[in-house]
Amino acid sequence: MSSPLRREDVAHVAKLARLSLSEAELDRFTEQLGQVLEHANDMNSLNLENVVATAHPFGLVNVVRADEVRPSLDRDEVLAMAPDAQDGRFAVPRIMGEAP
Amino acid sequence: MNTAVQIASDVQHGASSAVHELANAMTAIGERNEELHVFLHVDEEGATRAAHRVDAAVARGEHAGALAGVPIAIKDNMCQRGVPTTCASKILEGWRPPYNATVIDRLLAAGAVPVGKTNLDEFAMGSSTENSAFGPTRNPLDPSRVPGGSSGGSAAAVAANMTPLAIGSDTGGSIRQPAALCGLVGVKPTYGLVSRYGLIAFASSLDQIGPFAKTVTDAATLLEVLAGHDRMDSTSLPEPSPSLVAHVNDGVVGKRVGVVPELIEGADDDVVDAVQRALGALRDAGASVVELSIPELRLGLSAYYLIAPAEASSNLARFDGVRYGLRVDGVDVAAMNEATRTAGFGDEVKRRIMLGTYALSAGYYDAYYGQALKVRTQMINAFARAYRDVDFLVGATTPSVAFAFGEKTSNPLTMYLSDVFTIPSNLTGDAAISVPFGYGEAHLPIGVQLLGPGRSEALLFRAARVLEVADGRS
Repeated sequence: MSSPLRREDVAHVAKLARLSLSEAELDRFTEQLGQVLEHANDMNSLNLENVVATAHPFGLVNVVRADEVRPSLDRDEVLAMAPDAQDGRFAVPRIMGEAP
Repeated sequence: MNTAVQIASDVQHGASSAVHELANAMTAIGERNEELHVFLHVDEEGATRAAHRVDAAVARGEHAGALAGVPIAIKDNMCQRGVPTTCASKILEGWRPPYNATVIDRLLAAGAVPVGKTNLDEFAMGSSTENSAFGPTRNPLDPSRVPGGSSGGSAAAVAANMTPLAIGSDTGGSIRQPAALCGLVGVKPTYGLVSRYGLIAFASSLDQIGPFAKTVTDAATLLEVLAGHDRMDSTSLPEPSPSLVAHVNDGVVGKRVGVVPELIEGADDDVVDAVQRALGALRDAGASVVELSIPELRLGLSAYYLIAPAEASSNLARFDGVRYGLRVDGVDVAAMNEATRTAGFGDEVKRRIMLGTYALSAGYYDAYYGQALKVRTQMINAFARAYRDVDFLVGATTPSVAFAFGEKTSNPLTMYLSDVFTIPSNLTGDAAISVPFGYGEAHLPIGVQLLGPGRSEALLFRAARVLEVADGRS
């Protein structure tokens, strides 16, 4: 796990996270994130082979409830705060290319 | 300034009014908000309506609540209907939530008067408020220094006597650290004690809302109001709010206090000295001191700085320019998403999103995120073992008193390292309190941290009260 973080790794995760970085930002973030990951190598000092992972402090279980209709947020009030809305829905730019 | 308990009593009994207390708060805010940059938004109109409702209830002879007429500051990552909520991020600038966080409803029901939204590190990611997209908050005790973070604005509001109470959120120390740096009582409650509904999520398995106050009794009073099961948060504990205030003066006779070297090592001499004196005070009050070691504690920082960013990278995916806040146009949805997020998030948020995305990505998941979750298990087990031998632990909250602006911003890792003592309680889900105890360098306050198992708030408040009295604060 000591693989040093490479510039192309940062470029890849930025793409996955929908962020665009300048060349200077790529250099800076690669160095800074690499330091954090390097520090994380101290976890290797523990023998964790047979340890169970904990994703949540109190071992959550699913909470179920009756499927009852209850008041929810007002649609118009929610849409009024959206960047763009149309016909009672959120509006976004096109998601596919032009028709051939 | 009067305590919250005193104000609520005065308002209930007609010696003061909510409107009068609000006017006092507005005057104090007017005097120093420009200099200190505590509030991102002051909601005088909404606060005035809330104050009038309290005064009307008192006039009708009703019990107006445990916090009747008490002005309170709200960290700006909690939703309040119709009031701008930004998380100190450009990506949410101008957004007004269509609903109240559960804590807001509980405060209003208890007669509290929310006066405005306080500054924070963007999305609560930071330890100094220097990561706010709208500029940092200054420490009221020394404006050349940071107030701590991420709930720095909430801490500063109380420290500057603008409001007697504030609420913040604590994901890795974001209540306790600013409380320590501003000379306040700050509480990170047991995970699930306070509903997170309406708290804009940073790291959902670690986040917890809690109080800031000048006194232990005020903090306990506020936590009683905030706590309790909420059907809107399925992680909230299925039990009523605990009885805290009634036991604040019960003392610590016969209690076993653990002192752990890992909770003070690396701290400045003045901080270590304060912890030693706090132990002496607890011993004088009838507690026995047990020395023990939790070596796993040192690894908490590494686990935290993988787990919290991993959860953040997922939680912050919702800020995509579709439903709320900023949108920067692009030729298609993906381009719009990317342009919006690139323009809307600051550097620290981008760092954490990328770190988390990396730790969760194919090929690195087991080595980083998976490994961190196992360390979390080890941490939980190690603390559970310690709590078989002692009732609670005492350590430092922060390695130093309030630091200067710019001191830790050039290297993010340096800033992260300052969270080492507070992170463990978030990983384990346990309770912890920072209580002011003595002064250090430049006569700045020092915070001593009390850590206990889950649901140990009542005992921690008792111990905090012992220290408050020993420190000559009341």
